[in-house]
Amino acid sequence: MGTTASQLPKDLLSEYQELTFLTKQEILLAHKRFTELVAKEDRNDPSPRVPMSKILTLPELKSNPFRKRICHVFSTSESKDGSLTFEDFLDLLSAFSDSATLEIKSHYAFRIFDFDDDGTLDRGDLEKLVNCLTGETDDTRLTPEEMKQLINNILEESDIDKDGTVNLSEFQHVISRSPDFVSSFKIVL
Amino acid sequence: MSEGEMTRLKEEVEEKKKLISTLRNKPWRMRRRLECLKDAQQFVEKFEGALGKGKGRKLYAFKVMMTKKWIKFNRDFENFKTACIPWERKIKEVESHFGSSVASYFLFLRWMYGMNLVLFGFVFGLVVIPEVLMGLPYGSIPRKTVPRDEQAKAMDFSVLFEFGGYCKYSFLFYGYYNNQRTIGLLQFRLPLSYLLVGVGSFGYSLMVVIRTMAKNSNEGGDGAEEGDFTFAWKMFTSWDYLIGNSETADNKFASITTSFKESIVDEQENQKDENIHLRRFLRVLANLLILCSLGGSGYLIYYVVKRSQTYANMDEDELSWFEKNEVEFVMSLLGLVCPPLFETIAELEEYHPRIALKWQLGRIFALFLGNLYTFLFALFDEVNAKLEREETIKNATIWAMKEHYSNFSELNNSTAITPLSINPADVMRGPCWETAVGIEFMKLTVSDIQVTYLTILFGDFLRALAVRFLNYCWCWDLEAGFPSYAEFDISGNVLGLIFNQGMIWMGAFYAPGLVGLNVLRLLTSMYFQCWAVMTCNVPHERVFKASKSNNFYMGLLLLILFLSMLPVVYTIMTLPPSFDCGPFSGKQKMYDVIIETIDKDLPAFLGTLFTYAANPGLIIPAVLLMVLAIYYLNSVSKAYKHANNELRKKMQMQRDEEKNRRNNKDSTNQVMKDLEDLLPKKSPISASAKENAEVRSELGDKPSKVSQKPGAVATGRGVNLQRDVSLAMANPRMAVTRPPGPRGPSALPGNTLQVPGGRGRGRGQNPRR
Repeated sequence: MGTTASQLPKDLLSEYQELTFLTKQEILLAHKRFTELVAKEDRNDPSPRVPMSKILTLPELKSNPFRKRICHVFSTSESKDGSLTFEDFLDLLSAFSDSATLEIKSHYAFRIFDFDDDGTLDRGDLEKLVNCLTGETDDTRLTPEEMKQLINNILEESDIDKDGTVNLSEFQHVISRSPDFVSSFKIVL
Repeated sequence: MSEGEMTRLKEEVEEKKKLISTLRNKPWRMRRRLECLKDAQQFVEKFEGALGKGKGRKLYAFKVMMTKKWIKFNRDFENFKTACIPWERKIKEVESHFGSSVASYFLFLRWMYGMNLVLFGFVFGLVVIPEVLMGLPYGSIPRKTVPRDEQAKAMDFSVLFEFGGYCKYSFLFYGYYNNQRTIGLLQFRLPLSYLLVGVGSFGYSLMVVIRTMAKNSNEGGDGAEEGDFTFAWKMFTSWDYLIGNSETADNKFASITTSFKESIVDEQENQKDENIHLRRFLRVLANLLILCSLGGSGYLIYYVVKRSQTYANMDEDELSWFEKNEVEFVMSLLGLVCPPLFETIAELEEYHPRIALKWQLGRIFALFLGNLYTFLFALFDEVNAKLEREETIKNATIWAMKEHYSNFSELNNSTAITPLSINPADVMRGPCWETAVGIEFMKLTVSDIQVTYLTILFGDFLRALAVRFLNYCWCWDLEAGFPSYAEFDISGNVLGLIFNQGMIWMGAFYAPGLVGLNVLRLLTSMYFQCWAVMTCNVPHERVFKASKSNNFYMGLLLLILFLSMLPVVYTIMTLPPSFDCGPFSGKQKMYDVIIETIDKDLPAFLGTLFTYAANPGLIIPAVLLMVLAIYYLNSVSKAYKHANNELRKKMQMQRDEEKNRRNNKDSTNQVMKDLEDLLPKKSPISASAKENAEVRSELGDKPSKVSQKPGAVATGRGVNLQRDVSLAMANPRMAVTRPPGPRGPSALPGNTLQVPGGRGRGRGQNPRR
């Protein structure tokens, strides 16, 4: 400690406050937790990058079934390995914070659920989504018939233009009417 | 620079400033946002300096500096406020283990604590402290002294615990306060302050509750019916991202799977043939049983309170502890026993769990309300009895005084009479009904606290210990079967909190110390219950969200607030205060203090103003006006609801139309159908769907314009429609690159006649290659 990377400069701090939904204490806490995850040899790096495996050790993300998708969505690395810089981490916390707007949350929720990153939620994405939600073990998974029935029901409810996929606007249409979404889509350090 | 350029530049600067403030709403990468911010800030700085030249420069620069300082001050204040909120860590831990529904109880508890702290500040600062510091000390006047015959036992713990002895004659209760109009150097008007604080606490509580309700209702999603999106919501919103504990996560997985399977089965099994008549009969029977038990509990309380009045007339030493505390004991027992009884009776009814929960809450509410009001009525009888006794004592004291004067003048043959000087402890006292009422409320609160803590200790903690340690030597698995670990009863605890607050509101006027007691209670509750939850409880197995429940509990709180205000206001307006204790002694009615203040302290014209304002000729028209305003607002809101419904129906119609079009391609427009047949066959459905999306976007101006009518409340939805549209277009993966082509058929007069406004989709099937 004592290098420039471990202390957040004041102007950067105020800019982050301006650009995210986090308060000053939250940003400082995020910085502290992030620097704990940074490997020793990267400590002097001006913008260190933490690999996904380390991010997933955070207790807030450890039990989340979508943890890998979350890392991929917020990561800016070219190699698409899900590693995060501090700014990516702040983006993550800001989108999941209490004061974030519904639009931001639904936008990121859509991208998290889009497993193949093609901009729409098709049957394959929805299947993977259901499997994530029902857990790992075999006796909790749904049978193929149940899965088909479930996905048919979902598409019937949300697919307005009947193209077999749910796009961003249809997703936001469904989500904006849910009273639980904003309160459950929250991560606090 | 010319004027036009200046204004244009000013506009651009304003735009950049707006951009800066909305940057956090954009779903970009942090890098991009930082660059954008820097650009915008540089622009603003450069041109704000330029704008500052010319006339009004100094004022402009000053304004700019003040705005910047104000923004910074706001941000620092927000940070400070967040830092001051207590118990964040604790609640977050509970949240990560139990999910957001259990944590909502603790958030409610914290909110209550804040409100009670403010009330305590008012009462303590404006009533207790002035009397203690500037008023007469203990022992100087009769109302502040323990009577001679009670002095022997005044320090006993059992007496103090019952709030008798020194407690009764302390600042905790109404009777201690002196009725001097002004006290001390500052001429502090204590009786006026007492009355205003009493009424003001209700006003403050009302304001705070309504403000929270408004905030909660803004957050909730608007209006979609429950059945509209069951599956989609279950899929997308059922995971609680605050869960940070693997055991809870496993539970959540299991409950999500169960709920998926159940809804799939439900969907298939919608026509279930059952015996409606049997069910109806069972429900009527259940309701009858519950009404009987409610009536029974009300009668029990009435009987017990009446009996306690006869006990009060007997000598205290002959009564056992049980007989002395019978009322509180019975009330707490009822509050403990009846809710599980209701739950078992409700199993006859076989409702869906969410509906069953609502019924259960309603019944518990009725139980508590009935008990409280029966208690009040019985207390009221007692008060009347005391008032009668007071009359006799008052007459007796006046008679004794007259006798002393006549004896004195007889003996000394002079007209100058010195008043009798008796030790305050020996003066004959009236029965001071307000202090008696205050004591009752204090005892009730204390017994409520005891019962809550004991239930947690025995019901949760000992049970958990027993299950854990007896499991080693028991025949069946205690942890999995009966009794297993307890789950945290959210609704029971929240209702308990609400009713406790109702009692505090009722009793605070007669016992200023009650609010302090409540603050202590809430503080210890927070720590104790957090510990108990983490140690002895397990997460719920079936989690179904009573999602709008936040406002439901706030609504209950509001109702209780009104119901607790009624008795207090009634007593202020109708009952005469005791003649020898409290800040209103000697007056005919308690509110006479206000009239006295208006007469003596305020300038004369204000007095005449108030007399005019209190004229019935003015008040009745004012009340009529308010009733008319309520009626008007009611009809306006009905109109909005109607407009909402129309819009919703329109959207539903559009969706159904799309469905029909996709399913049977049966165009309603005959001309279009013919044209379609002439055209080359279309390739995949998705291409035309994309076309439809974009055509609907441009022709969708119509429906979105409709929704932007000034009267429509659904501006949010209107804006959403527009935003849907723009976001759909911005999605990079949807290769909607074709511009809308020439609208051949729509130019034909025949079509415009046949196909009205929103059905522009019919026209959308254009040749476009």
